[in-house]
Amino acid sequence: MTAPIELVRHRHVVLCCGTGGVGKTTTAATFAIEGARRGRNAVVVTIDPAKRLANTLGLEHLSNSAHEIAREWWDPDGDAVPGGRLHALMLDTETTFDQLVQTYARTEEQARGILSNRFYRNIAGALSGTQEYMAMEKLYELHDRGGFDLIVVDTPPTRHALDFLDAPRRLTRLLDNRLFRMLMVPTRGVVRVGGVAAAAFLKTISRVVGTEAVDDVVAFFRAFEGMEEGFRDRAAQVMQLLAADETAFVLVTSPRRDAVEEAEYFAGRLADGEFSVDALVVNRVHERYSDVEPSSLRDRARELEGRRSEASSRLAAHYANLADLEEVAVRERAELAGLEDRMGDASVVHVPELGHDVHDFAALRAVGRHLMGAD
Amino acid sequence: MDLERFCSASRVVIVAGKGGVGKTTVTAALATAAARTGMSVLIVEVEGKSGLAACFGVAPLTYEEAELRPRVRARTLTPDDALLEYLDGHGMRRISKRLTRSGALDVVATAVPGMRDILVLGKVKQLEQARAADLIILDAPAAGHAVSFLLSARGLLDAVKVGPIQRQAAEVVELLSDPTRSQVLLVTLPEETPVNELVDTAYAVEDRAGVALGPIVVNQCVPPLTLDGDADADAARAGITLAASDRDALKAAATFRADLTRRQDEQCLRLAERLPLPQLRLPYFFTADVGPTEIEQLADDLVLGIGAMADVR
Repeated sequence: MTAPIELVRHRHVVLCCGTGGVGKTTTAATFAIEGARRGRNAVVVTIDPAKRLANTLGLEHLSNSAHEIAREWWDPDGDAVPGGRLHALMLDTETTFDQLVQTYARTEEQARGILSNRFYRNIAGALSGTQEYMAMEKLYELHDRGGFDLIVVDTPPTRHALDFLDAPRRLTRLLDNRLFRMLMVPTRGVVRVGGVAAAAFLKTISRVVGTEAVDDVVAFFRAFEGMEEGFRDRAAQVMQLLAADETAFVLVTSPRRDAVEEAEYFAGRLADGEFSVDALVVNRVHERYSDVEPSSLRDRARELEGRRSEASSRLAAHYANLADLEEVAVRERAELAGLEDRMGDASVVHVPELGHDVHDFAALRAVGRHLMGAD
Repeated sequence: MDLERFCSASRVVIVAGKGGVGKTTVTAALATAAARTGMSVLIVEVEGKSGLAACFGVAPLTYEEAELRPRVRARTLTPDDALLEYLDGHGMRRISKRLTRSGALDVVATAVPGMRDILVLGKVKQLEQARAADLIILDAPAAGHAVSFLLSARGLLDAVKVGPIQRQAAEVVELLSDPTRSQVLLVTLPEETPVNELVDTAYAVEDRAGVALGPIVVNQCVPPLTLDGDADADAARAGITLAASDRDALKAAATFRADLTRRQDEQCLRLAERLPLPQLRLPYFFTADVGPTEIEQLADDLVLGIGAMADVR
């Protein structure tokens, strides 16, 4: 029951993971569209989509709340199941983080203190893993309050894209940091910068990065005091949602060697976290046109070339071309064999190389037909 | 332009582009081409990927410098290593140990935006100053990161006014804004989205980061193949009867190839219209994954492409 069509029909959360450049965003958008077409209230959370795909989804700018896409766009023929709705949003990492701070701050003043802190702005904008973290936060918010049946999340295209599994824990780890604890020695309920050793340590760091930066860090940790609990609880809730039966993991890859290697790494990391892949989607697979071995086709081309007539030379070029394309198709299947064997109960779907970029609804629908199979 | 002149135009070449466009392949091919002229080449790679070793058919790289082929060496550089080395080099060995132990590295690096990038580029600058090789090729981080990577030094100069990190940033800016010391080689594929993103990146690199752009490398171009006429008719003329399955397969394959090369040409043309820079086209390999043999062939193609380029300035 892990075919893509089952996932869009029955699951509540679908996480598309994979390395950059394999068509992850397109796959995520397709899952949401196909869900909506089957009567579900669907939303897709995209991260940095290619411009034309973003335009198709009505995402000209970062938009932190889901906006609805008019039905006429994704159901132009009116043949989809009634009642479905389609929404999209493009993750705005910084705003999402700001909102999270506002949620957990005990007072307006505390929130203001944090939001205006330069160290915090660096975390919100640049800390590795923040984007992953906020994607998960947005997922949780949509799950908690959005009223959606199906939430499809595109994950960031970082090399270690599975950082999102760690992401909710990352900030709490920063707060559990020994430096932090060393700096913050509570004295009679007031937090102050700790002992002589800490002061000396800070002074040395200041020599490298300048006093301003260190002051910012200290001010940040002070301002954050008392909020860790809320963040920790939230991280635990997000992990629970990820582990739930209603959540599916879709691993997206392409048949290129490097992408397959990354996908194997991902599958391994998911397994380490006791998550399993429900479906493997391989985008841009070259079709096989023939059952004949590419080497035989190549031989045939050579033999025809040797005949030295114009017609046979032209035919030879056709055979050479067929041999080229078959060689790619065979190599891709060999490249994928190991990964696909390791997929266990997960479904495996190939989306053929369509020969053009996918960025309008018609093309997304075409991909959807390949993904969902016969309805 | 002659190859030697091209390779010695700047001491550091930064190879950048979106993930999956084959930056590492291009890095390897350029290194090979330069080494053939007798230059020594050092490849610096920042993401710990395995691809580079496979290109040269050697064991995966470690953090130690390794020789990939005669006159081509490579090393991996991570921000954390660069920071520790930096601290060691500035008489702060003790603090560097403590930073690692306490896990405070993250905090310190986060306190200063772009600090990790500065450390990596700072190390590259140091290698360049020490003349570690005639040509240093940096396999830059993927995707939009390339732009922020190159912008980091300018950003940091705005944020931090004093201290050794500030000096480091200033020196990195000097390196990046001097075309005799560094240039960026952007890599793309002949496809719509990669071309669009490359154009955006090119303007950002030149206008905002102030780094000189070399030619654009259009990677994985399917070689043109003349497929005139109709396979079936030609078979008849040659006195051959095609099996129905062969006939269909040949036709479908011919259509696919024709569409592919046409779209590819369209994208190269579009790229040329939007970006007035020379293009170096590298072929796609149907027959094998990229290994040492293919790298040598790509180096041949680079040499030809560079030879056809007009001399600049």
